[in-house]
Amino acid sequence: MEIPMICYLLPALFMFCCGVYGFITRKNMIAMLISLELMLNGVDLNFVVFNRYLFPGSLDGMMFTLFAIAIAAAETALAIAIIINVFRIAKDIDVQDLTKMKF
Amino acid sequence: MDYSQFWAMKQEMGVLIVFFLVFLYDTFMPKRTLKATACFTCITFLLFTVAGFFDFMTCRTYSAFSGMYVTSPVIVAIKNILNLGVFIVLVQSAKWANSDVMAIRRGEFYELLLITLFGMYLMISARHFLLFVIGLESASLPLAAMVAFDKNRYESHEAAIKYILTAVFSSAIFMMGLSFVYALSGSLYFSDIYASLSTTPSWLLVTALAFVIAGMGFKLSLVPFHLWTADVYQGAPTTVTSYLSVISKGAAAFALLVILVQAFGLFYSDIWEWMLYALIILTITIGNLFAIRQKNMKRFLAFSSISQAGYIMLGIVAMNATGMASLMYYILVYIFSNLAAFGVISAIENNTGLVNMNDYNGLYKTNPRLSFAMMLAMFSLAGIPPFAGFFSKFFIFTSAIQQGSIPIYILVLVALINTIVSLYYYLLVVKAMFINPDDCKIAPFKSAAPERLGLWLSVAGILFLGLASPVYNYILDIAQSSPLFSFIP
Repeated sequence: MEIPMICYLLPALFMFCCGVYGFITRKNMIAMLISLELMLNGVDLNFVVFNRYLFPGSLDGMMFTLFAIAIAAAETALAIAIIINVFRIAKDIDVQDLTKMKF
Repeated sequence: MDYSQFWAMKQEMGVLIVFFLVFLYDTFMPKRTLKATACFTCITFLLFTVAGFFDFMTCRTYSAFSGMYVTSPVIVAIKNILNLGVFIVLVQSAKWANSDVMAIRRGEFYELLLITLFGMYLMISARHFLLFVIGLESASLPLAAMVAFDKNRYESHEAAIKYILTAVFSSAIFMMGLSFVYALSGSLYFSDIYASLSTTPSWLLVTALAFVIAGMGFKLSLVPFHLWTADVYQGAPTTVTSYLSVISKGAAAFALLVILVQAFGLFYSDIWEWMLYALIILTITIGNLFAIRQKNMKRFLAFSSISQAGYIMLGIVAMNATGMASLMYYILVYIFSNLAAFGVISAIENNTGLVNMNDYNGLYKTNPRLSFAMMLAMFSLAGIPPFAGFFSKFFIFTSAIQQGSIPIYILVLVALINTIVSLYYYLLVVKAMFINPDDCKIAPFKSAAPERLGLWLSVAGILFLGLASPVYNYILDIAQSSPLFSFIP
């Protein structure tokens, strides 16, 4: 039995929206980074599902996903490096404390 | 695979060669010669820039990697314009790069900078969204590392974390939009997307375009997505700020033009004209209003660059070859004017550590040449006639008006009114330097040779572009003969 496409698209959309919600509400930088990863994974899932169901003849979506995963890994590595630097200098990784510059 | 295709990517290869030379120099040269890294980078990059202009004489339209990568005279021209800007940034950075805190890291700084430039070139030349996203990321990720470069300053790290989080957030939104576009068209080639989307827009396409424009809007700091800009500009080292505000913005603006025209050109009047319309009005107005209340010079220029991005967008809304030509001309002029302003700011910051506007009171008495350069930059950014900024604004308004619809007239009117608002706050700086009662916080100093060279180049650019009309005509000729708009009905 073929599972209909919507069963994959709804979780992908749900992941993306959870990511957006988490990015906006969480105060810890690591948690924000995890939310960003959720968003990116939602996008990846979307690409794969569209490719598999709508355009099974080509590999465009799958290839895009592979590259997007690699890019997401690079982003995470860099963000964590910066978070470590922030922790060293501010002794905290709560975004509410990083408010020296505003308005 | 046909390796001769790499010959089409002359500019990209050139940047990579400069990158490898700098890398080898930084790695293998003896320690005492490393002070010359900045000088070495400037010279190799100057050679590359000159070679780029020779390449421009002979280049023609050529596509490589089954159409993923395209080069044409317009594209080489915009890359050359960016090269000029990068060269000035490199020259201005030399003093900062030779300071003691940078001692073991100055090579890394130049390597990161060259890689971001490589990413921007890919963005401009890409005709496939995969290549585009790779370019976008390799342009924005190393920039986050560059923003965090002042290791001992707290602000630098705060700026970096704000930048990286918003950059990743925006690229996730951008890629979500792309996945919808992929679902509708089944391809990621711009031309296939253009051909396969049906002419009646669906709601999914509207959502997708909103996501794509929002993602690029973060990079360009258009207004609902601008909140990172001021903080990052203030916290980053001044050299990085100037790089972010001119080069990164110019490349993203041209890339957005290419995407919207080549992939979504059919839906101009149905969808994205109105999205950009709203964005432009918000960007110009809010950017200007917030700039008025800034006291820190870097924050001030951040908001000024937000509103300038709004003007640049007018060239995209125009949606014709004239619009593209005036966009390129605007970027060129903006590079010179903004780099002159940042050159003065960084010279003063390097020598005295002061960055606030009221520190500039009476600057004319102590450092007349610097305040003169700053005045020219401010006049050019505000658009006062004999200087280049006036003509770039004039051409971009003219090209937008050629659309000829009433809403566009209103848009240009709003932009014009905002020019007057912007005149007020640009002149605040001039007033501080020349008229305000002076407490002369900034003692007379002699700026370093590279700083002076950078300032001379930018000021020469402002004056020359204001007086020499052939430059614009030349850009217009290339733009009109370009294939970019050729398959628009």
